[in-house]
Amino acid sequence: MTTVTETDAMASALELEHVESHLHPEPSYDVADHPKPTGREEIWRFTPLKRLRGLLDGASSDACLQWKEELPQGVTLSTISTDEAKALGGIAPLDRLAALAVENAGGAALLTIDGELDRPARITLSGDTIDRTVWGHIVVKVAPFAKATLLFDHVGTATYAANVTYLVGDGAQLDVVNLADWQDDAVHTVQNGISIGRDAAVRFFEFTLGGDLVRSSTNVDYRGPGGSVDLLGVYFADAGQHLEHRQFVDHTAPKTRSNVEYKGALQGQDAHTVWIGNVLIRKVAEGIETFEQNDNLVLTDGAQADSVPNLEIETGDIEGAGHASTTGRFDDMHLFYLQSRGIDPTEAKRLVVHGFFNDIIRRIGVEDLQDRLMAAIEEELATVVGTPEVAR
Amino acid sequence: MSTLEIKNLHVSVETEDGHKQILRGVDLTVNSGEVHAIMGPNGSGKSTLAYAVAGHPKYDVTDGEVLLDGVNLLDMTVDERARAGLFLAMQYPVEVPGVSVANFLRTAKTAIDGEAPKLRTWVKDVNAALERMTLDPSFAQRSVNEGFSGGEKKRHEIAQLELLNPKFAILDETDSGLDIDALRVVSEGVNRYSSQGDRGVLLITHYTRILNYIQPDYVHVFVAGRLAETGGRELAEQLEAEGYDKFVKAAAV
Ligand SMILES: Nc1ncnc2c1ncn2[C@@H]1O[C@H](COP(=O)(O)OP(=O)(O)OP(=O)(O)O)[C@@H](O)[C@H]1O
Ligand SMILES: [Mg+2]
Repeated sequence: MTTVTETDAMASALELEHVESHLHPEPSYDVADHPKPTGREEIWRFTPLKRLRGLLDGASSDACLQWKEELPQGVTLSTISTDEAKALGGIAPLDRLAALAVENAGGAALLTIDGELDRPARITLSGDTIDRTVWGHIVVKVAPFAKATLLFDHVGTATYAANVTYLVGDGAQLDVVNLADWQDDAVHTVQNGISIGRDAAVRFFEFTLGGDLVRSSTNVDYRGPGGSVDLLGVYFADAGQHLEHRQFVDHTAPKTRSNVEYKGALQGQDAHTVWIGNVLIRKVAEGIETFEQNDNLVLTDGAQADSVPNLEIETGDIEGAGHASTTGRFDDMHLFYLQSRGIDPTEAKRLVVHGFFNDIIRRIGVEDLQDRLMAAIEEELATVVGTPEVAR
Repeated sequence: MSTLEIKNLHVSVETEDGHKQILRGVDLTVNSGEVHAIMGPNGSGKSTLAYAVAGHPKYDVTDGEVLLDGVNLLDMTVDERARAGLFLAMQYPVEVPGVSVANFLRTAKTAIDGEAPKLRTWVKDVNAALERMTLDPSFAQRSVNEGFSGGEKKRHEIAQLELLNPKFAILDETDSGLDIDALRVVSEGVNRYSSQGDRGVLLITHYTRILNYIQPDYVHVFVAGRLAETGGRELAEQLEAEGYDKFVKAAAV
């Protein structure tokens, strides 16, 4: 485990000019800095606050999720105090729920990763009731030049608000896979704060399938030049589900790279998804490259996909910056082409949806996980698209 | 022996300015073992004919019928028509992101045959079909038509023709956009297919050059939404020399 020293780029606060923007409030651990929202605030306007089950009130609770770990050599798990966790640095809470999670969690779980892992580290978090709020605070500290894949698997049900901090050392390569495979009634909010060291590369996957309401905010900053992040997401909302994914990539160093790709499918009455992709390119961030894309496939009437990309550029010297967002039904021409080869409409739709998601899923590189996700999508599809007649 | 009969086919399309009649009574019979070439000026409705027979949702059939061995294809869905034995090589093959060629071909073959192909021979068959079209086997792992060059898309269509081996194939300008080597490769594919003897081909083209490789039994001139004239090879040569002028004028009268 690396020790925290005075010169640690993670622990020192990033000295940044204040940027006037309503899209990303000032980070702060102090709950008082994040007043209770009315629902009209930019960062809250898409979230049905009533369905947060009083999380915003911040009532204390000592309920926990059950942790089950499979940790290969090079990974340690321990408990530290809230103050120790804050001292490790990283991105402070950007919204009230993250601040409350830190304040109420009563300490943090610290995962340290050192060296090159020979297999993924897997952590399953499970709950069995929505009646007791669970506050979570997790810090993941990745040593310089470490190479790891980390899976957080969320199953069962819960009312769970978490703040997860990632401190990724120089030259490290970290893949994180977050799976929200909750039962229908779970409420899950999380702030992921990812600080990326010099020349480090992070691929951060989110797969959100279950839950009544999931709101995930992923914030990225760079603690040195040359860092790279891929934020990759797949979500599938059924009737009544609210699945919200927000990203804020703060290009705080030159020659950094960010690539955001989220893909979602929606089906059923009042299925609602929200994607907010914010990217800020600061004056210092010369020669950076950024691209963000969100695609939504609306499978039935009554579902709504909100998709808002936003790029703020404060320097003229960038390699490339762009965004794209699409929301639509099945493409008639895709279906026509497949059907013209004898493939029945059900199977054709399945192929198209698989193709749509496979583009992201295949990049995980963890086979059993890919299979599980494909199977989960298959199951979601069966309700609307139907099961194919022809055996595969 | 099989027969594809197109009878009095009228087709219109919904446009921003309303209803637009494109096909105005097409009559054409293709028997298995025959190759028919259809030639006609831009916008005369050749692709509309191909799409309407295949069942493209944009085109409304307002009159007529299309019979495959006496059964009206127009009562069938797009996929049912394909399973009945119809194949359309499209003028602009569609890109389907994320669906691999291998998966696509296996799914199509399974649908057409009603059972999954034998795994052992199928992979070999696919690779051989791609190779005959001078497409690298790595194409099997790529998304359907995505990022393919124009010529690669056309060769992919003919690879499918050979693998799915339908009763009737409509080839909509498969020759356009092909360089001379690709044209030969594609023509050989079509000839292999039609030389089985019991398959019919409807070849839509602008150019006589493909007719140097594929011998048509009939050549039809298609103008203003219907067949204006039918002949043999010599008609193609006449068109090459004189253009469509004569027929266009006649149709306008
Ligand atoms: N979806 C559509 N909407 C509006 N007009 C259409 C549509 N499809 C075809 N048309 C029109 O119908 C006419 C016939 O088109 P079609 O594509 O069948 O011609 P073609 O003979 O295949 O031409 P080409 O030789 O250029 O391929 C054209 O005037 C075309 O603009
Ligand atoms: Mg055409």
